[in-house]
Order: sequence, then structure tokens, then C-alpha cells
Amino acid sequence: MNAGYESIYLDETQCVGCTTCMQRCPTQAIRVRDGKAVIIRDRCVVCGECIHVCPHHAMKAKVDSLDEVLGQHKYTIALPAPSLYGQFPGIHTRAPILEGLCRIGFDQVFEVAEAAEAMSAVIHRELRSGSIPHPIITTACPVILRVVRIRFPSLLPHLLNYRSPMEIAARWSKRLAAEKTGLALEDIGCVFISPCPAKCASAKAPLGTLKAALTGIVSIAEVAPRLSAVIGDLDDHEREAHSGPMGIGWAMSGGQSTAVMEPNHLAASGMENIIRILEALENGKLSNVDLVELNACYPGCVGGALTVENPFIAKARILRLMRHIGPVLPSGGCPTDDMRWEKKPEASHALRLDPDLSRAMEMMEEIRELTGTLRGMDCGACGSPTCRAFAEDVVSGRTELKNCVFLSRAPEGDAPSGKKG
Amino acid sequence: MTAITRTYQVPGNDFARAGEASGHIKRILKELGFSPEMIRRVAITTYEAEINMVIHAGGGTVTATISPQAVAVVFEDHGPGIPDLELAMQAGWSTAPQNIRDLGFGAGMGLPNIQKYSDVFEIKTAVGQGTTLSVTIFAEGKEPI
Ligand SMILES: Nc1ncnc2c1ncn2[C@@H]1O[C@H](COP(=O)(O)OP(=O)(O)O)[C@@H](O)[C@H]1O
Ligand code: SF4
Ligand SMILES: [Mg+2]
Repeated sequence: MNAGYESIYLDETQCVGCTTCMQRCPTQAIRVRDGKAVIIRDRCVVCGECIHVCPHHAMKAKVDSLDEVLGQHKYTIALPAPSLYGQFPGIHTRAPILEGLCRIGFDQVFEVAEAAEAMSAVIHRELRSGSIPHPIITTACPVILRVVRIRFPSLLPHLLNYRSPMEIAARWSKRLAAEKTGLALEDIGCVFISPCPAKCASAKAPLGTLKAALTGIVSIAEVAPRLSAVIGDLDDHEREAHSGPMGIGWAMSGGQSTAVMEPNHLAASGMENIIRILEALENGKLSNVDLVELNACYPGCVGGALTVENPFIAKARILRLMRHIGPVLPSGGCPTDDMRWEKKPEASHALRLDPDLSRAMEMMEEIRELTGTLRGMDCGACGSPTCRAFAEDVVSGRTELKNCVFLSRAPEGDAPSGKKG
Repeated sequence: MTAITRTYQVPGNDFARAGEASGHIKRILKELGFSPEMIRRVAITTYEAEINMVIHAGGGTVTATISPQAVAVVFEDHGPGIPDLELAMQAGWSTAPQNIRDLGFGAGMGLPNIQKYSDVFEIKTAVGQGTTLSVTIFAEGKEPI
């Protein structure tokens, strides 16, 4: 699998090799080698768990900086993720946030929620068209496509093959801005304000789409404090707001199902939960459900690794804001013609031991034999997350047997083998 | 290498662990690089057969034999056996009690689906003695689901 753009990276100066990220990675995509964490790119689903859990803040998202993206184009549009709206205390409408984005340097704001809202109607019809086998699995969270490609490729036909709202928003707003300003498309920047590294990865190296209309991605974590500084003295008049409540609801697990008006849905969030649901789907369960909405973050994008506010506080704020939205006038002209992925995603072979089946079978037996000789403590000192993973790493030539702290001791178990004498 | 064999003991009535054996088999097939379509068929058949052992037979033994051409899995239990096999094979037929149905099992689609998605399907059962179900799924078998 082409993992493409590496949107999570390690700051080696901060990493102490503590193995926290390795132990917590839900896809076992991290190892510790020579005292530093290493990401196995083709197994990484960019869920951001490592960024969340690293006690030393060494795992980082590769995003653009605000100053960078603001200077690149003649005209720059901010595309705020709906989760941004939950980050600020004491805000009762979107107005100060949307106006604030213009104050900090953007020329215009286009709500990603507006694209989500327009897409909701299209997806509502898609659910009834029968062109995708049910249960249909949502893909607005880019982690889902990655997890399915790597671990559940038999479910690929069930994926909702639509671009994400951020991409639709970029295409849509760019077109509108070109008409309004008379500028060429290349002169217009579209910058997504992202809750997570997964959105960055999918924008920079889209898996289901050939070319992205976005020109930059900045994190909510960078934007939020800059906004806080200016929004205090802004009024509540919603000049830039064009999305109704439904599109905004996509920020929370269950919001998309509600927006597309599918009562027979199941919404799950959090890596462990979504993997369980995908296992069940693969086993043929849940066949009576029409829509399965999955989000890597719990409880939805408000829990993204690049947000700043507690996810439940953010969720409560967004729900309140949704209740108080007055009549809005949608921008019109949403590009419904090219909402679908341009190419079919393929199965990844990241889990495969070897392309040659009989060699893979031999390796499988070697791994089993070796695993039987290990302690089974999953201590992680070897730099692999479990004894089984260590055995696989040894057999695949990714590490050496001597890295097991127990095997490298003398048979009596008291003196390290490297000791002289 | 010609074949890999794995054996699993499945405890009866333990719903927290139900699906572990079939889950292991799936994982092995993915690591060996079998096609997604074949793995889907193995997933459905082995999961349903394992669940049947858990809910109807007080547990049992699962033996999987994996070769480059096929996966053969035998589910052996010493449960009550199936008195009327023809009835049991009918879609929607189930003797699962209400408390099991409340857990989301007992739709009566297990055996019919196992037969539908496997290439070879064989079941031997004797009342009071137990049931042995054998399925084989070929790497190049039935059409994808
Ligand atoms: N291993 C087994 N031991 C005893 N009875 C079984 C076994 N497997 C299936 N049965 C019987 O066959 C019926 C139909 O099985 P199945 O089609 O899987 O439906 P379900 O498990 O939902 O009841 C079961 O309700 C049960 O009476
Ligand atoms: S749930 Fe939302 S915030 Fe989390 S990874 Fe998916 S898209 Fe990003
Ligand atoms: Mg059954």
C-alpha cells in the first residue's frame, strides 16, 4: 500500500523510547528501534492515537503553518471543520469564529459544514439507489478507508465512495471565489482547518481521489488560540454562515446518519469499537443495518488529535449552537457532478508475510514456533508491541532475536549474556 | 510447505469469547495473503459454526487446515446433536431460547449460510452424542459475495 504523505512524524529530540505509543497503536504499526519510535508506514492508519498518548509530545502531525498558507495565494479561503465550532467557551453563534478567521488573515470563509449539508441530501438518495451493497460504510473519516484497505479488504465494496466534505468544500468554494473575484483558480488558496492528522494525510495523498483541490491544511490546535485572541469583540451577526445545523452535526458520531436521514443506522466511534464493528460486518453480521457510520475518534471529530477542547465539552457546545441556528441561505451551486471517488481503492497487502504463499506459510510456522519459546509477557522491551509481533519481526528480518531481554540472558536467567567470563 | 494446522478449544456459552477461533483463522489467512473474497466466505462460515457450538452445544473443538488451495475446518462438539437436520437447515429455523435471541443470535440463518458460502459442506450429527460439521472453502471457489 502506498501510505503516501507521512502526516505523522517523530520528533526524535523529544522521543525517549518509552514504548507508550507502540503499546497503544491500534494497528501495531509502531516499533522502537535504537531507542526511538519508528512508524511502519504501510500499516499506519493515521488515527492519531500516538499523538494523543505520547507523554513527551514527540509524535507530531505534519501540517502547514498559518503564516505559510496565508502568504501563498492572492486570495485565501478558510475551510473550517465543523469541530472548530466547539473549541471556544462563551460563544453562542458561529459568527465570531467565522468573522475571526477573516481577522486573522483569511480573505473569505467557507464552511465545510455547508458541503457536508449538501452531500447529506445526495447521500440520502444514494442509500436508496442500491448501487452500493448494504450495509454502506461511511468514509468521511479517512481512517476508515485505510483500516478497511489494510485489515478488511473484503468490505471495500461496502464503502461509501464519496469524497470527503472538506474536498467538496474546496472545489465548491474555489469555483465561487473565482467567479466573484475574477482570479484564476491557481491564485486561490483553500485551507482546511483540521481536527486530525488523518484529514491531512488524505488531502495530501488522497487515496480515493486523484487530485485534491485543497492547497493547505492547518491544525485547529494552531488556529484556536489565534482566534481566541480576536473573537472577544466580535458581534453575533452571521455574515459568513451558510450551513444549517445538519452539516455541523457531522462533527459528532451519529451526526452524519442523522443528516442523511437514515434511521436504520449504526454509529460507532473510537478505534477499538470500529475494528469490532468491521469484524462483525466481515462475519456477515449486521446485515439488517443500512448505514454504518464510523469515526476513528471518540465521540467523533470533536475528539480529533489536533483539537484543543475536551471532546464532550466541544460536543455539548456544538449541539447548543445547532439548536440556535436561524434561517441560512446556502451558497448554491454545489458541484454534485464530481462527488464520487475517481478511482477504486485497492486492497493493501500490508499484513501479508510474503508475496509467495508457500514462503508465507513457512514463515507462519516459524513465527508460531518462535512465539512458543518466548515469555508471553508482551513487555515491549524488545521494541515490538507483543511477543507474537516480535516473533513476526524476527522471522521477517525486521529485528534480531538478541533484542529479547529474556532470551539474551544466560539460561539460569541471572547474568546478561554479554557479560564477560 | 503443504499445510498449516491449528486447533482451538471453544468454551460453551461464553459470549465474550465467542468468535475468537474464527477471528484467529481470519487473521492467519490475511497474513498468508489469501483473496479478500475467499476470506469473507471463511469468515462467515467459521463464525457461524463457532457460534453454533457456543450456543447450542456447550462448546467444542475447531480444527483448521490451511493449504495453498483451500481451507478446511472441522467443528466437533459433544452437545445434544440435531434431531431433525432437514428442519435445522431451513432458513429462519432456530431453537435458540429468548435470552440468546436477546443477545442478537438465533436468527436461524447460520447453517443455511454456512452451506451457501462453503464449497464443501458436510454435517454428521447424532442425538445425545454431538455434531461434527466440516466445511471446505477453496481459494478459487465460489463467486465473491
Ligand atoms: N452444533 C449444534 N449442536 C446442536 N444443535 C445445533 C448445532 N448447530 C445448529 N443446531 C440446531 O440447528 C438450528 C439452526 O441452526 P442455525 O441455522 O445456525 O440457526 P441459529 O443458530 O440461529 O438457531 C439451531 O437452532 C439448533 O437447534
Ligand atoms: S474521526 Fe474525524 S477527527 Fe478523528 S480521524 Fe476521523 S476524520 Fe479525523
Ligand atoms: Mg447459528
